[in-house]
Amino acid sequence: MSVTLADKESVLREKADHPAVAAIENWKSDSLVDARWDRDELTLTIAREEIVGAGFAVQGAGYNFLEDVTAVDWLPASPRFQISYHIVSHTLKERIRLRVMLDEASPSVDSIIPVWPSANYYEREVFDLFGVRFDGHPNLRRIMMPEEWSGHPLRKDYPVEGYR
Amino acid sequence: MAQFTETPILEAPTAEGSADQTMVLNMGPQHPSTHGVLRLVLEIDGEIVVRLYPEIGYLHTGIEKTCEAKFYQQVVPLTDRIDYLSPMHNNLCYCLAVEKLLELPIPDKAQWVRVLLSELTRLNSHLVWLGTHAMDIGALTVFLYTFREREDILRIFELVAGQRMMTSYFRIGGLAMEPPLDFFERVQSFIKTFPEKIDEYSNLLTGNPIFVNRLQNVGHLSAADAIALGVTGPPLRASGVDFDLRRDMPYSSYEKFQFKVPTSDRCDVWGRYLVRLEEMRESVKIIQQALDGMPMGPVKANAPKIVLPDREKMKTQMESLIHHFKIVTEGFAVPAGEVYQGIESSRGQMGYYVVSDGTAKPYRVHMRNPSFASLQALETMCKGRMLADVVAVIGSIDVVLGEIDR
Repeated sequence: MSVTLADKESVLREKADHPAVAAIENWKSDSLVDARWDRDELTLTIAREEIVGAGFAVQGAGYNFLEDVTAVDWLPASPRFQISYHIVSHTLKERIRLRVMLDEASPSVDSIIPVWPSANYYEREVFDLFGVRFDGHPNLRRIMMPEEWSGHPLRKDYPVEGYR
Repeated sequence: MAQFTETPILEAPTAEGSADQTMVLNMGPQHPSTHGVLRLVLEIDGEIVVRLYPEIGYLHTGIEKTCEAKFYQQVVPLTDRIDYLSPMHNNLCYCLAVEKLLELPIPDKAQWVRVLLSELTRLNSHLVWLGTHAMDIGALTVFLYTFREREDILRIFELVAGQRMMTSYFRIGGLAMEPPLDFFERVQSFIKTFPEKIDEYSNLLTGNPIFVNRLQNVGHLSAADAIALGVTGPPLRASGVDFDLRRDMPYSSYEKFQFKVPTSDRCDVWGRYLVRLEEMRESVKIIQQALDGMPMGPVKANAPKIVLPDREKMKTQMESLIHHFKIVTEGFAVPAGEVYQGIESSRGQMGYYVVSDGTAKPYRVHMRNPSFASLQALETMCKGRMLADVVAVIGSIDVVLGEIDR
């Protein structure tokens, strides 16, 4: 069984010299809302307004490659939407997960295209399937579903068979 | 080798001139060189591509949504359908992710057979890529040669999994069943002759002046652009970035194998061709090592509540029958948590993000597919170049549309 560090205090205590944790702490320590070390994966929850800055901070620490952006719908919990960013480092050979929690009413977060241009398609996908808006995205259109589609299929209140 | 004179990169027309000079051309979704249903909207000035944007989603089947309504073990056959050229990579990545959630140790033999079959899958995928890429360029013959060898690989898959393409052979906790007795001999006899076949393809293409001229200095992508645009796999390594998850973040006991990661500094379509050809040779070496050092032992983890019991035990032992019944009817609960598992597929970094809420059905499954991200780099590679080069560039990033649209 691997070690689990369930809250921010224990991660900051045990993993203080982890490059990503140190980078966020040195940049703006109150932007880190929560942290978790589970199954050898580090998850850092960032305040909603700070994601672009946090992206630049971890990029400076060597996490240079954005692998994936996706969302999880935690209906009926609040905050409802979780946006996960998976970032891998070509030099440290390690992966971290940044996380932003969004409220149900008009979920939106700043686009991280200024940090990693490859987020473009991923943010469009999340917008299309979850209805989360990315502020500052140059081309926020549907990518999978037809343009005229209504609803966002990967939301938990959208039935698997679709609306009949 | 023929001499090649570089086409100068042509500038896009000025804003005031472009309005009446350019035309918008629709390429696809049924264009033969788009490998499926990729639609490209091109703005061209004569023969020069000014702007290009891919329209995707024609194959969107909502696999991620479907996964949420299935038990964990029922998702495995869905993962095959994402990428018809490398089903085993999808199986492997999903199984590794769920095994990571369960913290389930996998027997050595299962891990080694997984490596062996992953590399055979890589050969299978690269053979189709080579055949179709050469065919797009105009060299029709190679297709017949590569499909001859691909048929051998598919026969091996059929032998081991009972299916040629949608194998579903890797299961959560190991393999579906023990590989048949003559499996290892079949693989051995296949890879014994395969390096000669690679030489044969190389003879047909590497010195072919038409092929060389169509590929060299086409589709330039710098290392910085490749990283910024999310390009992975052979196109990334052909831009000089030495990164391969098999070596750098090993999974499924890849750390026990000796192999080189081919790279190239050419940054063009030709570099990607050379890298893939070299990767095929390295795959053969990995398969040989897997055959030589294949450990003995079981191919399924010792976890009766997760792994289906043997057929014989299920029929004769009450306990196994109960476990079988419970797994099939109720599934198995997976501890709550979220994991991301990345593997190096034929096309680049594949990743499965599995979120569990502690029930028997995954709360969320997300696939990070390499083609999806690589497609973003298409415009960068094609802009300012000839229309005919678009076909070569699409071939060089090796798109599979099922993987992009999911």
